[in-house]
Amino acid sequence: MPHDHHENLSPSGHPYRADNDHPLTYWQQMEIAIRELLIEKGVTTAAEINGQIDLMDSRSPANGAAVVARAWTDPAFRSALLKDASAASKDMGFDIGPLRLIAVENTPNIHNIIVCTLCSCYPRNLLGLPPDWYKSRAYRSRTVKEPRKVLAEFGVLLPPETTVRVHDSTADMRYIVIPNRPAGTENWSEKALADLVTRDSMIGTGIIEAPQVP
Amino acid sequence: MVEWVRVRADMPPGHVRTPVYLRGKTGWVERHLGPFPNPEALAYGHDGTPTPLMRIRFTMSEIWGTDTAHPDDTVDAEIYAHWLENIEQPHAP
Amino acid sequence: MGGSLAGPIPTDQHDFALWEKRVDALMVICSGKGHFTVDGLRRVLEDMGPEAFETMSYYERWVASINQNLIEAGVYSTAELAARMSEVAARGATYGDAADG
Repeated sequence: MPHDHHENLSPSGHPYRADNDHPLTYWQQMEIAIRELLIEKGVTTAAEINGQIDLMDSRSPANGAAVVARAWTDPAFRSALLKDASAASKDMGFDIGPLRLIAVENTPNIHNIIVCTLCSCYPRNLLGLPPDWYKSRAYRSRTVKEPRKVLAEFGVLLPPETTVRVHDSTADMRYIVIPNRPAGTENWSEKALADLVTRDSMIGTGIIEAPQVP
Repeated sequence: MVEWVRVRADMPPGHVRTPVYLRGKTGWVERHLGPFPNPEALAYGHDGTPTPLMRIRFTMSEIWGTDTAHPDDTVDAEIYAHWLENIEQPHAP
Repeated sequence: MGGSLAGPIPTDQHDFALWEKRVDALMVICSGKGHFTVDGLRRVLEDMGPEAFETMSYYERWVASINQNLIEAGVYSTAELAARMSEVAARGATYGDAADG
């Protein structure tokens, strides 16, 4: 991946938000100043910063979706993932760094949902950067108290007999939800299944609808 | 054998990783995670002595009261050992 | 903030700006090299108090916290930061001018 695209274009090929021609803010001044001081003092280099941004841009929910699809189709992998999600993800080629990953599995009777009430912990190595709502005061405050109302705002309506398990990422673990595999996909390939898996379904704020028969 | 624990109700100033809404609440160990550096020391630039961390499961009724809408739904959170006190089983699970 | 009252979940989503991605990258790099920890980042974010959550954006809070942690770690001084920020501001009125100047 070339290192010179950051100045103008996002990885999707679109221009960045027009922040480059907006009035300079105090906090942007600070970012520029810190970055230059760190480079001058040999803490980092411009190339290292660009490389880190490339890495950030290369991570998307497609990584998590591949893990979920493998878990749906390979019982041995599913067991390994539930036992040690860090090691199982690493075996698939996803470096999840020093953080520990836990996979929690939805069943017909259990629905899992992830939140970080203390900050914004998120399995960014498997899902990319968190969406803005995940970092919002409303999501962080309400999910541990009224998860079903929060889910309803995302269009997820659960029957009363389903147990909701909220996971508050308070310390060193990161979480990914293995959503229920939709009916009607019994003969689907791993790749086709991965395309069905949404970001929100792996946070627990979405479920995967059964595909429409064409 | 269910390991019942109560989260300490202490309210110190400064950085801790034990959410306020869980302090003083009773739950059980969902799983042991092993030792992790104590974030309360790391946050101030000190080496954190490795401290056992575990996932504790709480019911909504324990956290928010028995008149909560779905008392049997649960919240799991990671809590460091020095924030937990072992207790006898508080009531039938 | 778990359990406190709050309104509907906001659904607006923005693409991250270059300066925001740079802040994120600086956090990953500096913590990876041991200059401070994610716990130090969180400690300063918490110490900013609830007003900061209302008045500053996510990465504005992050850059403020990264700065305080780096000064505490002795990576650069307050005076060095101040001088460099003035220099940056003098380069131009936009982020592009100031960052590339």
